[in-house]
Amino acid sequence: MNNPIIEVTNLKKYFPLGGGFFSQAEMVRAVDDISFTMDPGKTLGLVGESGCGKTTVGRTVIGLYKPTAGKILFEGADVSTASKADKASSRRQMQMIFQDPYASLNPRMTVGDIVGEPLDIHHLAKGKKERRERIQYLLDLVGLNPDHVNRYPHEFSGGQRQRVGIARALAVEPKFIVCDEPISAVDVSIQAQIVNTLEQLQDELHLTFLFIAHDLSMVKYISHRVAVMYLGKIVEINLSSELYAHPVHPYTKALLSAVPIADPTLERKRKRILLEGDVPSPINPPPGCCFHTRCNRAIGVCKEVIPEMQDLGNGHLVACHNYH
Amino acid sequence: MAISPELFKPLDKNRVQADEARPSITYWQDAWRRLKKNPLAITSLIFIALLTLTAIVGPFLSPYSYSDQDFDNIHLRPCREHPFGTDNLGRDILVRTMYGARISLAVGFVAAITTCVIGVLFGGISGLAGGKIDNLMMRFVDIMYSIPFLLWVIMLIVILDPEGSKGVNLSSIFIALGIVYWLPMARIVRAQILSLKEQEFILAATTIGAKKRKILLQHLIPNVMGSIIVTATISIPEAIFTESFLSFIGLGVSAPMASWGMLASDALTTLRSYPHVLVFPAVAICITLLAFNFIGDGLRDALDPKMRK
Amino acid sequence: MNTLLNVRDLEVEFRTYAGVVRAVRQVSFDLNAGEVLAIVGESGCGKSVTAQSIMRLIPSPPGKITGGSILFNGEEILAKTETQMQKIRGNDISVIFQDSMTSLNPVLNVRTQITEILRLHKKMNQSQADARAIELLSMVGIPEPQTRLKSYPHELSGGMRQRVLIAMSLACDPKLLIADEPTTALDVTIQAQIIEVLKNIRQELNTAIILITHDLGVVAGLADRVMVMYAGNLVEQGTVDEVLCDPLHPYTWGLLRSLPRLNMGPEDKLKPIWGQPPDLLLELDRCPFLPRCEHAMAICAQDRPPAFNGKASHTVNCWLQHPMAPPTSRPQEVG
Repeated sequence: MNNPIIEVTNLKKYFPLGGGFFSQAEMVRAVDDISFTMDPGKTLGLVGESGCGKTTVGRTVIGLYKPTAGKILFEGADVSTASKADKASSRRQMQMIFQDPYASLNPRMTVGDIVGEPLDIHHLAKGKKERRERIQYLLDLVGLNPDHVNRYPHEFSGGQRQRVGIARALAVEPKFIVCDEPISAVDVSIQAQIVNTLEQLQDELHLTFLFIAHDLSMVKYISHRVAVMYLGKIVEINLSSELYAHPVHPYTKALLSAVPIADPTLERKRKRILLEGDVPSPINPPPGCCFHTRCNRAIGVCKEVIPEMQDLGNGHLVACHNYH
Repeated sequence: MAISPELFKPLDKNRVQADEARPSITYWQDAWRRLKKNPLAITSLIFIALLTLTAIVGPFLSPYSYSDQDFDNIHLRPCREHPFGTDNLGRDILVRTMYGARISLAVGFVAAITTCVIGVLFGGISGLAGGKIDNLMMRFVDIMYSIPFLLWVIMLIVILDPEGSKGVNLSSIFIALGIVYWLPMARIVRAQILSLKEQEFILAATTIGAKKRKILLQHLIPNVMGSIIVTATISIPEAIFTESFLSFIGLGVSAPMASWGMLASDALTTLRSYPHVLVFPAVAICITLLAFNFIGDGLRDALDPKMRK
Repeated sequence: MNTLLNVRDLEVEFRTYAGVVRAVRQVSFDLNAGEVLAIVGESGCGKSVTAQSIMRLIPSPPGKITGGSILFNGEEILAKTETQMQKIRGNDISVIFQDSMTSLNPVLNVRTQITEILRLHKKMNQSQADARAIELLSMVGIPEPQTRLKSYPHELSGGMRQRVLIAMSLACDPKLLIADEPTTALDVTIQAQIIEVLKNIRQELNTAIILITHDLGVVAGLADRVMVMYAGNLVEQGTVDEVLCDPLHPYTWGLLRSLPRLNMGPEDKLKPIWGQPPDLLLELDRCPFLPRCEHAMAICAQDRPPAFNGKASHTVNCWLQHPMAPPTSRPQEVG
């Protein structure tokens, strides 16, 4: 078994909300005490509803946000306390693919310059010729026409722009890539193209992905393991095939039963677990288990004690008092 | 319609997909295409170009200089030797108006340049830094705004020219304009940068390790360029008008230099008997201001991203 | 069953300065009273424009309905004056949009927004309107409707706002409800709640619904019939079982093969449709799907495919259905 490439322990990220010179700001607990590990060359899916903190996890791991507490180890070295030079090198190893293909590319730069920028910053290409060849190689790698280096982002469709974003992330030869909802803003037929490209790149370049999404069926397809988040906490982690076949946490069950399936016969037979009400605010999360306000299996202890992560074997972790 | 079985032969699987993309066109080409469709803006642009040319070359072609006095020919009506007539000291109004154009245009362009340089950098740094620095920088702008413009000019005259012998020279007007004209630009640039820096492409630049300076100059400012150009263009007629106004009330350039505002002011004393002395500089001011405003409007329409398709 | 809506050869154009975009091209369909019809397709395929045409909500300029007819209850919608249309909108046909935040007026509370419609269209007095508003809110599953009436839009969650919008659209017992991506902006668990609400409505009120969505899963759970649109064209229509379980158009095959299925093994791969949808500025005197189609034939490049009947209720615009075409069976992953 390989050593994990990423080890996150007790990570917290709170954002101050409002507050001026004199008033004490309230805290939004976007990520509240989560731990997970990632194996090299594999994909960890991170699912949850909007506002559950999954994007914050991705951005904190990659160093865009400074963690409030907790440790992030990248290949055994603590990223959050590293020196400036170490940080720069670890930043090169960790890249990100963004959600909105229209907002993630600078509209005033050509595709060649967008993909070439990381090469310039890290001096990865000597001379104009090598730079150009490298850019064309990257565009070809993600399935774009290498002759399009001088085009501008607005001349491309959403799916093609997303590929430009992938090429930019690959330019610095990273080992680990956070994919922050890379398919939620593109059409169905294009989603499959992007996901297939990501899988192919993973095989060729031995990349590790943290795949953040709210589309559970796509996450199941691309991930080896899946973590389910709710209100800043991870409630269940399991191998993806296992998680979908035998969900344990009541939230995971509800989430899976809500996913629509494109098969009318199956849809008619299905029994949905409908959750009541809305997600509580992360400013004042409920005491005890964060899910107890909507849980159909809540017992007395859920209202008072925060459930610990239980190891049910084979890397299956769940935070629920029913499995204590 | 007769359908032959030939038509149902499968096409080659590896057929080349026709590239049906629209022709490549950059943001600036697109804006220029739109600007060209605005006749008012284009006419104004040509007018300003001709005016600039006249202001530079015109005085050399005239047999008179702006300060030549000719007491035999005072208050001439427009005639062959003096197409715009002469003033109360017999000076040729045509050459003085052309000379006034030099000063007015110089004032306008200098205002636009200071606006761009100081305003964009100040607003850009303030917006990018955010937090306390942003707060501090913007309060400074507020304080600058709260001091009346006329007070700045009078203070500068006192500082730069303590004897008060030569009246006001051109450089103090430039400095006075420079001090206040960048303020609106700084606010506009800061506001745009604040919203732009939350965009994902800025995050992307951070993740690939770009430095703040690079992010500001390469990613943020090019995306604010549209507003910068529009704001700078609008500031030109404002500055020209301000200079004319200052000259008119005697705080502008000193005699025998001529600016449009001063020509108008000189003409006032003899307005009843010789109205033509006022007409030429006044018309020049009006048309120029109008032309710059038309260009500004045209640019706004051409560069506005919301109009983009 | 009686036909509520009858659309024939609808053509909609948008004049942009880059050229004329033909957003909807010769689209024809029927809708029976009480039926749920889903229009599916990718962004820019013309599904929203088709629905907006029925309400005559196409912004003009730049948009224009350039041809065809829309009969609602046997009356020609396209011949109505703007005043007549205002009576139909909200009364006989109502619409809910994707973005519940911008569809509600932020400075008015829920009560004012609902009762306003009732007083305008149904000439109710305030107390009648209040009673009806409470009834409507409980129908869409809003707990404590009495207190919720006083809420302002920003005090409600996304799911609650969408319910309020549905309640508003049902205020005048419309015969037709157009739901334009009603669940796209919502999370899966909230989406499931809204789908339940829509299901209840059609059972209790027998309102016909046109559901516009790109999510085939939502379609499978809610719709009776499905239309698939591509690049402004209708490519396939039929009952939900016909289109999703036994599709005939290569584009529908492609869509279904792009979706991960729950019974996929670890070695199974998605089969995406390569390429991009065509630019709608183009005239396209051919099958619009031709450049991306695996089964393209010479005739596809020469003429637009007419509608072929599979079964009585199942029509496909594809030359593969022509009797002279080589037999092609749908890929095994589909259905």
